[in-house]
Parts: sequence; structure tokens; C-alpha cells
Amino acid sequence: MTGRLPRWLLGVTLAVYAFLHLPLLVLVAFSFNDSKFSASWVGFTLDWYYRLLERPDIMRGLKASLIVGGVSTVISAVLGTLVALALARHRFRGRTALEGFLYVPIVTPEIVVGISLLILFALVKIPLGLTTIVIAHVAFCLSFVVIVVLARLEGMDQNLEEAAMILGADEITTFWKVTVPQLWPGILAGALLAFTMSFDDFVITSFVSGSGSSTLPIVVYGMVRRNIEPSINAISTIILLVTTALIYLADRLAREK
Amino acid sequence: MVASPPPPSPSAPVVQLAHVTKTFGDVKAVNDISLDIQRGEFFSMLGPSGCGKTTTLRLLAGFEQPDEDGGEVRLMGEVVNRRRPYERKVAMVFQNYALFPHLSVERNVAFGLEQRKLPKPKIADQVRDALQMVRLKPDVFARRMPSQLSGGQRQRVALARALVLEPAILLLDEPLGAIDLKLRKEMQLELKALNKQLGTTFIYVTHDQEEALTMSDRIAVMDNARVAQLGTPAEIYENPRTAFVAKFIGESNFLEGRARQSDGRWELEWEYGGCARLPAHPGLQEGRMVRIAVRPEWMDVWPSGEVPAGENALGGTIEDVIYLGETMHVLVRVPHAGTVTVAVRNEGQLIKPLPWKRGDQAAVGWLPEDCQILEES
Amino acid sequence: MTSPRQRLLGWLHPRPQARAWLLLGPGTIWLLVFFLVPILIMLVYSLMPRGVYGGVDPGFTLEHYRRFFDPLYLDILQRTLVWSVACTVICLVLGYPVAYVIARAGRWKNFLLFLVVLPFWTSFLVRTFAMIFLLRDTGLINSWLVQVGVNPISMLYTPFAVMVGLVYGFLPFMILPIYASLEKLDLSLLEAAEVLGAKPAERFRRVTLPLSMPGVVAGCLLVFIPALGSFLTSDLLGGAKQMMIGNLVQNQFAAARNWPFGSAASFIVMALVLAAVMLYLKVKDREQEEAR
Repeated sequence: MTGRLPRWLLGVTLAVYAFLHLPLLVLVAFSFNDSKFSASWVGFTLDWYYRLLERPDIMRGLKASLIVGGVSTVISAVLGTLVALALARHRFRGRTALEGFLYVPIVTPEIVVGISLLILFALVKIPLGLTTIVIAHVAFCLSFVVIVVLARLEGMDQNLEEAAMILGADEITTFWKVTVPQLWPGILAGALLAFTMSFDDFVITSFVSGSGSSTLPIVVYGMVRRNIEPSINAISTIILLVTTALIYLADRLAREK
Repeated sequence: MVASPPPPSPSAPVVQLAHVTKTFGDVKAVNDISLDIQRGEFFSMLGPSGCGKTTTLRLLAGFEQPDEDGGEVRLMGEVVNRRRPYERKVAMVFQNYALFPHLSVERNVAFGLEQRKLPKPKIADQVRDALQMVRLKPDVFARRMPSQLSGGQRQRVALARALVLEPAILLLDEPLGAIDLKLRKEMQLELKALNKQLGTTFIYVTHDQEEALTMSDRIAVMDNARVAQLGTPAEIYENPRTAFVAKFIGESNFLEGRARQSDGRWELEWEYGGCARLPAHPGLQEGRMVRIAVRPEWMDVWPSGEVPAGENALGGTIEDVIYLGETMHVLVRVPHAGTVTVAVRNEGQLIKPLPWKRGDQAAVGWLPEDCQILEES
Repeated sequence: MTSPRQRLLGWLHPRPQARAWLLLGPGTIWLLVFFLVPILIMLVYSLMPRGVYGGVDPGFTLEHYRRFFDPLYLDILQRTLVWSVACTVICLVLGYPVAYVIARAGRWKNFLLFLVVLPFWTSFLVRTFAMIFLLRDTGLINSWLVQVGVNPISMLYTPFAVMVGLVYGFLPFMILPIYASLEKLDLSLLEAAEVLGAKPAERFRRVTLPLSMPGVVAGCLLVFIPALGSFLTSDLLGGAKQMMIGNLVQNQFAAARNWPFGSAASFIVMALVLAAVMLYLKVKDREQEEAR
């Protein structure tokens, strides 16, 4: 098939793929470079990775990211699944308005979400910290969870729930014993997606985190602003690996029948 | 038929629908349906897609509720209009089996028993018995997952799952639709046997008229949200009341004419001349247009003019002879009446062939009483 | 006789609205309180005079919006729009061929798609840093240039760097929708055109391109909208001199301490984004009308 395509077309494609991937590959490669002044390759070392462990700011940032990620993922997953259930299985007034409303967070620029929440927290005098970060993360992850779980729900056989009910299970029992087991891969995929987005987020977090509650991306941003050194490459590589693995898992789960 | 107040006797109808109506949007899926179903009956609802048979079944199951003033649904004498499916003592087998994919065969079958909170050892025993009843060896099948089963096996598990609860009423929604022909015929007989063996009332929905005729004690033929005719297979087949029923069940030749009385006997006067004798029927009125249905197997083909005395006759030309195996269909073009199909037994075309060829002049004959006078549908 | 659970279910059963809203409630409330309300407050703030400490004083004023007619801020607005459009065009030019190749790739389709999607999901901060690593004065490209004997080029903190960063960030958003609509293309249409004597370029122009338009429009909007609101790229790659609206907003909430003005700027971004979305929906509606 590719044989029939003109050379220049394949060339452009190759160039674009190189453009998309080389910068990251280079970044990863130089995290092992035995030289502080990045530019040229000196030798292989794992030093920069070990040094990460010695940095309290990175460790604290990682801890904060994991806590925030964990909590906001659980909240998003629960709330998002409930919303998806309502959309898939129930008819109600205001449905189209709600569907539209759910999509707005996805297109809204992070800057807008970030500062509007900052304004809210300042107005209501809520101190900025891990809690406000979690609140913000749930607000922008929720819609994504709904989309993933909804897709899974719509592919599910509705007869299964009816079969359970005619066998004597009421709505709540049917939900736990039949709907959730069927839905589980979708919920998990949505949760992994939410976690990844929370873990990676910088812009929104930078506005709603106080001085004492920096997540990992905020720490990395600080490092980039201050001084470019291979430690940044190292932590970036770790972030890359973690998020790639999670996204891959989420994709596999979402496809599972 | 109108529902009678629930008598205390054991021969009371186990299901009663009284003027039940169900509307979706502005469409009436079920329109003023009333019928009774007796204990232990194999009762079928038969009709084309959209006739309301599945909706009626779902009303019995509790997945739909009748309209506000949409009549009463009674199970075992009690009105159950607002009762949830899990509060009714009915079981159901679904068209696509609806086996829980994440549970093994035995967990599937045990599901209903677990909802009743029976002790584990008892559940295990009843599951074994149920699987054996549907001819699935427990040792082989209990641990398997639904995805590892064939269509026929899945249907048996669905059946076991329903029957293990020893329900008084079993609802079946076109359960054999996705199963191939040979296996389907086997399972039809098995279902019929189970019905007699267990004494459970079976309420069966299908669009396959042969299936309904084979298995049922009584059939409700449904059309356009109403019951067109309710009766035994023989009544439905041999005495169809409306053109719809006559057309839907088996094959019929339809003929029309004006009813006339002559010498105390009723006759059907063809528009184009000639007449046929009619049996007496309360609906016949002098001068009124009447439609009759004559089944192909009630007719015979004779050489022109040689139809025996006492039989009705129509002259025509042989249009085609169709080989169907057990029977031959002889198509005769009758002027002004269209093509009439006559079914003749095949006694072996290689040994005793039919003498008819396309273009031959012939006559079609039938006994006057072998026709069905149709009501306005 | 009836348990609380049965009573709850019994109460809910004849009330489909209540059932739905019970499930929707928590999520909807969260979004209303922590997404919609803040934006509305921000809107109100943008119409109030600036207070002493950078917050707001009671009152109503349009001065913050009027400030945008100031050449300094008009400049920022214009730059944002121009760069967003430029980024969209570049992504289209680079992305369409790639989408085309993937659609014709047969067995390799999924793998190639995965390679496009992969960078899309990794942290934007990390990807932006990768660009810095390459483009900075002592970065990879320049040290390579020096090694080859060429003078180093100052690439960082220029419009070039921001553009590269934007395209790098949003290119996958262009490729995927175009691929999706090319994939649906009925190859027999092209064969028919070939039989009728159309040459490859003509076939592309008159069959493929028009039929892939929905994907092209979707891709353009999926790039244009986030480009309008982008912040990190121009911040890290552009520095103080290449401000986009996003940076202006951040600036007003940090250094300049002028929350109402920042809110106005933020609201303008939001309005631009919503306008683009409405446009997209209108175009999609018209397409569906024409398809009938």
C-alpha cells in the first residue's frame, strides 16, 4: 500500500514523526549524560537519578502529586461514573443543557480555570493548599471520566440489568453485582486518565497551590526557570515513563470487551 | 374476554390482563388487550414485529408499566401494575440469553437463589439439578464462562437460571431466534416437555408461526397492538377469523363475492358470474360482500369440467407447478380471481408424476364446508 | 415491614426525574460551584474597579476592557490571534500529509496512530522543556552547530521558539481528526474518478480534499482553541517579550496585582474560545444539513 505513495509524502511524514519524538528521546538520553552542562555526550551515569532522591523538594513534590492525584482521581471517578449512569440510563429534562455543560470544561483554557478558582478561594477565604488543588483537579477531570465511562455504558447490554432484576435483585443490588463488574474496565480507564491529567497538570495547579504545597510539576517548573541541569532531564524521564505506562494501561482497559 | 374477580379455586387463571394499554410517546404499543392465561398452559403470543407481543411480555415482567388508566395486570389474582420485576414471582428467558459474562455458569444459575438468601449447600444442589434438567452435565459445564459456550448451551443455562427458582410463570422472549434450525426444533420439543413435566405456565413470544403451532396449547395472534384471535392451534389454523390471521398463519387463497340465499342455502356470487356454495354462518347477510379463505390443502386440481358434484369449482389455466418435497404446489390462474395455490401431496414425481403442465386447462375444486368466512378485521 | 432501602427505592421508582438527578447531583453541583460560579465571579470582577491591594472595590466600570484598546494590549491580542492562526496553518500543512499516509498504511495504522497519540498524552511541561533543551543557546542544536564550525543561533526567547513550541504541542490534535475523516473515505470513489480519467492531483483536489473537510475543520479548531489560551509555551520559550494573552493574565495575578484587569483579559480569552466553538458547531450543523 505504501508503495503507491509519492516519496515526498513519506518524507514529510518521517520528518514530522522525527519532530514529534526526537526532542523527547534526546531529553531522555541526556538524563544519563555524565556532564552538568548538557550539550554534548560525555558518558553514561545514573547519578542524576540518585540525586533526585536526595532532593527534598522533589520528594515533597512527588508526595504531594501522588496524594492530590489519588484523592482527586477517586472523587472524579465516583462522581463521573454517577453522572455517566444518569446520562446513559435515564431520561430527564435538561439533558441537552447538561451534556453541553459537561463539555465546557474541556475547551476552557487552563488559565481561565486556574484564575477563576483563585478568585473564588480568595473571596471565600479558603487557604490555598492541597485541598484547593484537589478541588481544582476534580473540576477539570470530571468531564473526561464521564466521557470514558459513558462510552463503555453505551456498549453494555441492558438486558443484563433486567435479567438481574427479574431474578430478584433490586436496583441497588443490580448496580453492585451486575453493572459495576461490567463497567469496571471503563471506570478504571477513566480513573487512570484522571490521574494522569492531575499528575501532569501545571497551569491550574500553579494558581491554586499555596507556597507550601508544590506538586511535582511546580517543582520542575521552578527548576527549569532557575537552572537547566540534567536532574531536570532525569525527573522528566520519570514523569514520561509513568504517564506513558498509565495511558497505555488506560487504553487497553478501555478497549477490553 | 374480560377478567373475572379472582376466585379462590385452584383453577383460577394465573395471568389476567384486563383492558391493558401501554403508550410510548404517541404510539400505542399495546391497545386495550384483555386475556386470561391458565395454570400450566403453554401460551404463545404470535405476530409480526411491532405488533405488541414483546411489550405485553415486558408488562407481565414489570419492565414496563401500563398507562395511568391503562387497565390491570394480575398475577395469581393480585394486581401488580406498580410492582417492580424483583417483587413479582415470574422468571424470564431473554432473546440474547443475558447471561452475566463475569460469572461462571454455576454462579449465573445460582444468582436468583443467592438473592433469596438460601444456604450455600442447598444452592449448590439446586444448581446441579437445574443444569441436569436442561441436559448440561454439571461436572463439565458448571465452571465454564458464558463466552466459552455455544448459542444453544447458553440458552440452556438461561433456562436453568430461570427454572431453578421454580417459578409459577416463565416468560420467554423469542428464546430460539438465534439458534440454527435443527437445534431449534429439538429445543422446541424440550421446552414443551419441560412445560408438561414441571406444570409451570409458559408464556412464549415468537414471530414464527410454525413454532407457535408446534408448541402451544393456545395462541394469541397479535396485530397492531391488539389481539386478532385467541385460540388453540387448530382453531387458529383451521378457523382463522380475519384476513390478517388467515394470511399470517399458513397460506390461504382469498376469494370475494356477494352473499345470496337460494333455496334456503347460502351462496357466494362471483362478480364475474358463477357462484360457490357457502356453509351457514351467523355473519352472512343477503347482498353483503363476503371474503373467504380457502387453504391450499383443502383444494384439489381436476381436468376442466371434471370437478366432482357437490364441490365448488373454478376454471383456470395451470400457471406453474412447484416442487416442495413433501407437497407440490400447483398454481392455477383463474380469470378475475388471480392465482390460486393448490397443495397436492407428492407421491413421488419420479414414479407417479402429476399430469399438469404450464398452460393446461384445469379446474380447482373444494368442499363448501372447507372454507373460512372472514370477519372484518 | 419495609426497610429504609425498600422505601427509598419505592419512592424513587415513579419519579424518573428524581432518580436521574440523584445520580447527577454531586457531579453537577461540583462543576457548578467550582467551575461555573468562579467564572461568573471572574466576569463580575472584570467590571469592578481595582482596589488598593490589587483586589476589587465596589462599583461598576468598563475601564479594564477599554484598556485593551491601548496599543500595548492590542499588540498582545493581535499577537495571540496571529500566532494561533499561524500555528493552525502550519499544523494543517504538516499534519494533513501525515494523516493521509496513516490512513493508507494498512497493517501499520494502529502503530503509527499510537506514535502520534503518545506525545499528546505526556506532560506538556516536559515536552516544553524538551524544546528548551534543544533550542537554548547552550542547548543541543547550538552545540552541534558549534562542533560543525557554525556560529550558534539564538533561538530561545524568540517568536520562532514560541511557534515551534506551539506546533510541537498541538500537531497531534490536527492529525487525529483528519485521519478519522480520511479513514472513512470510500476508496471506490477514487477508483471511479480514476476510471473517468482524473489524474492523481486532480483526484485529490476534487474527491479526497472535499470529503476530508469535516476532519480538517475539526482539526483546525482543535488546534486554534488551545493555542488561543496557551500560557506555558510562550512563558518558557518566549520570555517576557513574547507575551500572549495567557501570559498577560498570569502577570496580572502575580507581579502586577491587578485582578480585575486580569479577569477582563481572562474573560476575553474565554470569549474568543467560545466564539470559535460556536463557529465549529454552526459549521457542523450546516454540514449535516447539506448531507441530507
